Amino acid sequence: MAIPIVYNVRSLGARWTSTVVAVLGIAGTVGVFVAMLSLARGFEATLVASGSARNAIVRRAGATSEMDSSVMLEQVRVVEDAPGVERGGGSGPLVSPEVVVIASFPLKGRGTEGNAQVRGVSLKALTVRPTVKIVAGRAFRPGLSELLVGRNVAASYDGLELGQTVKFGGGTWTVVGVFDSGGTAYDSELWCDYSVLRQVYQRPLNMFQSATVRLTSPDALTSFKDALTSDPRVTVQIDREIDYYAKQSRQLTTLITVLGSIIAVVMGIGAVFGALNTMYSAVAERSREIATLRALGFGSGSIVISFVVESLCIALVGGLLGCIVVLPLNGLTTGTINWQTFSHLAFAFSVTPGLLAMGLAFALLMGLVGGVPPAVRAARAPIAFALREL
Amino acid sequence: MKYLHLVVSNLFRKKTRTALTAGSFAVALFLFGILAAVDGAFKQGVDVAGVDRLVVLNRVSIIQPLPLAYRDRLARIPGVTGVTFANWFGGVYQDERNFFPQFAIDREHYRQMYPEFVVPDDQWQAFLIDKEGAIVGEALMERFKWKIGDRIPVKGTIFPGSWEFNIRGVYRGQRVQDDTTQFWFRWDYLDERKSFTKGLVGWYVIRIANPDDAVRLVKVIDEQFANSPTETKTDTEKAFAASFVKQMGNIQLLIMSVGSVVFFTLLLVTGNTMAIAVRERTRELAVLKAVGFRDGFVLALVIVETMTVAVVGGGVGLGLAKLFTLRGDPTGGLLPFFYVSPKSIALGLGLALAVGLAAGILPALSASRLRVVDALRRI
Amino acid sequence: MVSIDGRGDGKSLIRARGLGKTYRRGGEEIHVLQGLNLDVDAGDFVAFMGPSGSGKTTLLNLLGGLDVPSAGSVIVAGDEITHMSARKLTAWRARHVGFVFQMYNLIPVLTAFQNAELPLLLTSLSKAERRRHVETALAVVGLGDRMHHYPRQLSGGQEQRVGIARAIVADPTFLLCDEPTGDLDRKSADEVLDLLDRLVRDHGKTALMVTHDPLAAERARIVLHLEKGVLVEALSAGRPQSPAPA
Repeated sequence: MAIPIVYNVRSLGARWTSTVVAVLGIAGTVGVFVAMLSLARGFEATLVASGSARNAIVRRAGATSEMDSSVMLEQVRVVEDAPGVERGGGSGPLVSPEVVVIASFPLKGRGTEGNAQVRGVSLKALTVRPTVKIVAGRAFRPGLSELLVGRNVAASYDGLELGQTVKFGGGTWTVVGVFDSGGTAYDSELWCDYSVLRQVYQRPLNMFQSATVRLTSPDALTSFKDALTSDPRVTVQIDREIDYYAKQSRQLTTLITVLGSIIAVVMGIGAVFGALNTMYSAVAERSREIATLRALGFGSGSIVISFVVESLCIALVGGLLGCIVVLPLNGLTTGTINWQTFSHLAFAFSVTPGLLAMGLAFALLMGLVGGVPPAVRAARAPIAFALREL
Repeated sequence: MKYLHLVVSNLFRKKTRTALTAGSFAVALFLFGILAAVDGAFKQGVDVAGVDRLVVLNRVSIIQPLPLAYRDRLARIPGVTGVTFANWFGGVYQDERNFFPQFAIDREHYRQMYPEFVVPDDQWQAFLIDKEGAIVGEALMERFKWKIGDRIPVKGTIFPGSWEFNIRGVYRGQRVQDDTTQFWFRWDYLDERKSFTKGLVGWYVIRIANPDDAVRLVKVIDEQFANSPTETKTDTEKAFAASFVKQMGNIQLLIMSVGSVVFFTLLLVTGNTMAIAVRERTRELAVLKAVGFRDGFVLALVIVETMTVAVVGGGVGLGLAKLFTLRGDPTGGLLPFFYVSPKSIALGLGLALAVGLAAGILPALSASRLRVVDALRRI
Repeated sequence: MVSIDGRGDGKSLIRARGLGKTYRRGGEEIHVLQGLNLDVDAGDFVAFMGPSGSGKTTLLNLLGGLDVPSAGSVIVAGDEITHMSARKLTAWRARHVGFVFQMYNLIPVLTAFQNAELPLLLTSLSKAERRRHVETALAVVGLGDRMHHYPRQLSGGQEQRVGIARAIVADPTFLLCDEPTGDLDRKSADEVLDLLDRLVRDHGKTALMVTHDPLAAERARIVLHLEKGVLVEALSAGRPQSPAPA
């Protein structure tokens, strides 16, 4: 029969300052760990969600993003005729050619300007992306300097609320509508008529940066892709929208994940040292009790298990505390430059159940590593000596 | 110093505990070092920015070019002592993941504009002769193990096609923070081969005679080109670099938060450990007092012990951080430089000492105030 | 019947033969016990006395399986414990020995009831059965009304009685008491000694006690002195006599 767990729980309470310290050490580590990973996860999720499985992006072969790509009008026509393209009754082939540029606007609260991605489209862009919904105002009217902005734009920049006018590119634009794309990269973009935008940026007529295509089904991608890559009239690369955005997020996600992991591992080592210190002190302070238990006949096994359990209790409480503290971060929006598109991207911390579980597992691992060596020492100290220790 | 053995023997009495406490300091200061390096990497652009240089961009957008014709007009503005320009190339070397910055530079004036970058004369001459020549930064050479004379193929993205360059020289930075991860080639070669934006440059860099004149000159330059088809937006190099850091958002907030969490926890752990250690030695400390050592002595003894552990542990941690940064950038190219400056090390040691002091002071005070009689009676 | 000449009959409960224990301290060898013999029958109450450092506690530790001798053997109720593995020794202790310590050695975060219950956790008794035993033991030592108090809420004498309750709760083969009254005032000491007396006389327990206290020694049936590593019998309290010729 094992040593009753009430002994461990009460002992933790009796030395509550040390217990609290160890708990906080683990809580801090788990909190930082989960926070950093949810930052990376949030960034990645925003970008990945931007893509639809049924959409494909067509860019010039060799381009690394939309901005350094160019697709001419004739090539767009070829794309429209390719197999697999959805022809939505009435509106013709669902292919949206788009002009993508950057414009700077003052960032709210940062005291500097940020680069916003401006997408020149036709109204077909909304049909190609059915998850995008206009939630305030209306779409822009073709031929006018009107902006339809993503829901994060007003929050990220000064002067881009519904109804406001803003100057950029030598013209005056009015924000006439706000759209919601469900927490994707589009929510940080400004949309307008592509012919107006092309003029402002002095781009050649008939040149776009990309074309977004809605396919008849996710599987149609293969035939669509094969047809176009073997067509001599066009040199394009075709990606499923989801894959395109996944690649986009890679750089920053890597940075955050690498740095976050280094920090978390190092903090974990520190937390383990803290737990070890606490447990070793506990064993030292309770050496007479331990010797008594062993004298009474409790074997080394139950002593070891008892102390490991005690350490795991500390770890569990610490892990839970760390997770609870970090939970409010979920959904908190922040923003940064996406280095691959050079534009400002708003995203939210994403604290998923999976990450919380990882945090708890990490905590328990620390508790285990921090508990075993002191427990073994407790079980191996010579009994007779410990009994007499004054 | 005659009491040194007292301090040392006390620290060695419970080796595991001393090691663990020192270890906690080492961990915290290691993190401090890494965070300082990351912070430094982000701020690097700001740090190295020349105080006497301005950057001129297209007002509409950073990706829009400027006419070459502006060069002479800029050079004629009073207060301006030098003008050069460059273009971002953004090509891919073998794999998208092998990112490094590539600039098409003005071969006539670029070198003088950046005196912090040093290229041996003969190498620069070779660059001037070879249209397909390239000058490569020291760190970049090291990263891909290139040698002078290598022919480097780069796939153009903004300017499509396969481009190849011959490495004609290496540039070195004079300071540790200088970015030597860049790849320079000739703008005239780019302009010749590219199919659009001919006669257009990415941005201008201007040297001014007097750094205090910067604010006025920024206005003068922008006014020159206001209401023209291509308006400009001018900034000091420092402000330009700083804006990027700000756009990256609350990186500093993040770093400060993590740093604070780490130190707070460290303070807690070591304070607690030291308090326990002092409690255990109540009787001995009381004996010291009984023998005749004063309260102040006991206080000093405890504090010296805690600070010794702090400095030793902290020193090890900072040393490890320094070693880690010598390995280079852990993110494989995203950070232009990753380095722990001597200033950071000094700051770190100072913090360790402060924490050691703070953690030890309460137990030290209680130890110094022990009444001998009580202490000897306490079991 | 207690004998120290090594010629006791095979029926003794506790038998030590040629027991020796040597410590190494700083390069020197210290022989605490040498060639010690002891026979104790069931129902005996033996007190061990001797100067500080004579090895009384060492002897107790060897008899109780808390330590291993450098030479000789210890046989209790037919079991040779000298060469038992650590694990077997632990199990053996649980079954056969009831310890009473000078400092009581109660676990401060457990109640009197829970402290006394500890040895029973090593058996397969059900919770209800355990409770019965504990309540009986605490009643025997006269603490039935303080079952749920914590050690810090008890006086020294009461704490020691909880210690004794813990020692008898699993009905061990014999009791080992190391200076049981060493930390108590006279009145509490007397109460504890009365209790030990009763346990031996009325409940047939076997008790071996190490003590400094001559009044405690008086309560025992036999007082043995430990001198120079061997046992000497005292015919009258406090005065040793040399052993009978071997």
